[in-house]
Amino acid sequence: MHETPIDQLIACPKCDALHQARHLGENERAACARCGTLLITPRARSFLHVIALSFTAMILMIAAIFFPFLKISAQGFSHASSVFEVAMAFSDGLLAPLSLVVLMLIVGLPVVRFGALIYTLWPLANARPAWPHARRVFRLAEELEPWAMAEIFIIGTAVALVKIGGLASVSLGPAFWAFCALIIVNALKNAFLSQWTIWDAIGQK
Amino acid sequence: MGRNRAEVTIQTARDAGLVGCTRCGKVWPQQTHECGRCGATLKRVDNAGLQAVWAWWLAGLIFYIPANLYPMLRTSTLAGSQQNTIIGGVVELVTHHSYFVAAVVFVASVVIPVSKFIAIAYLALAVGNERRAGSHRHLHLFEVVEFIGRWSMVDVFVVAILSALVQLGAVVSIHPGPAAAAFALSVALTMLSAQSFDPRLIWRGPARTTGS
Ligand SMILES: [Zn+2]
Ligand SMILES: [Zn+2]
Repeated sequence: MHETPIDQLIACPKCDALHQARHLGENERAACARCGTLLITPRARSFLHVIALSFTAMILMIAAIFFPFLKISAQGFSHASSVFEVAMAFSDGLLAPLSLVVLMLIVGLPVVRFGALIYTLWPLANARPAWPHARRVFRLAEELEPWAMAEIFIIGTAVALVKIGGLASVSLGPAFWAFCALIIVNALKNAFLSQWTIWDAIGQK
Repeated sequence: MGRNRAEVTIQTARDAGLVGCTRCGKVWPQQTHECGRCGATLKRVDNAGLQAVWAWWLAGLIFYIPANLYPMLRTSTLAGSQQNTIIGGVVELVTHHSYFVAAVVFVASVVIPVSKFIAIAYLALAVGNERRAGSHRHLHLFEVVEFIGRWSMVDVFVVAILSALVQLGAVVSIHPGPAAAAFALSVALTMLSAQSFDPRLIWRGPARTTGS
């Protein structure tokens, strides 16, 4: 493998094994020969898919913030809250910083990721050179991935609903369904994301 | 994974005097500091990174203690007010026969965090001592830890939703307790600990693989 030019090599991020990168067909994928980690997942027309799904997710997120999320009623009393109010549940006293953290995890970081992906991929999908700082922006999108927790929030909602179950009746608002749709769109988007292809495209001047 | 692997000798970037980018996979000469393609800092495969793993690990463990000692929720009803710790909440769910939710909360708030502490410590201690055949198991363990760690945050969201929603004046109202912050911090710190662990360390030594 010494003879291979260095720019045609790919090192597995999980085990450091060297491989020779080559262009793959539409449905081919390359996995590490030693540990099986997926190295390259090319997908035709994937840039446009990711852009479209990110836009959709962004719109769903706006709906999820502004529409009512859940409404509870018991013994003549009722109370509705939005996703924003859920994050603000920690806003009094010493727990205040946690409000900001929760808001970032469920709304802020997912939105930043969608925006960053659109910013990176828009010129590339139109066969133009990448916009300035595209490398840093896409790296940010990648680094934020584990911290964007919209899907965990929905599981939390399900658990909370069961916990309330005995106490009162709860009705689901439009924001709840917007959030569920967002999770599905986000999962689809991640399936279309091919990092190796995107890094290659950003690098081409 | 699980595919047949022939017994082959695999050359690593390190063996070849190169360094691979852990973000994008691109390979660079050993002394390069920054990946020319994605801009990530290039890390050499050495034990230096383990210090960060242990630092985050310890911080996470420290915050996990108040997360269990202080109340997570305070519930006020007409009958009076009641405080629940993580374990207290699980016990209460069990007494109300909500076994499934009790199991979800117990797994997310106790089983996952505790096994994460053990798993990260085990991986960090095992670096350099793996039997080669065991490396696949170690990588698999690491991937599970990396994947599942963030799901512990679910309990923080449950507390947020309950506190925001259950505000029915005198009938019943729920307020968050200090344990919520300690728990969130503990989860975040252990996520950082897992992220600091370089899985390439698992594979040092004779680079061979056997069919599995
Ligand atoms: Zn590998
Ligand atoms: Zn790179």
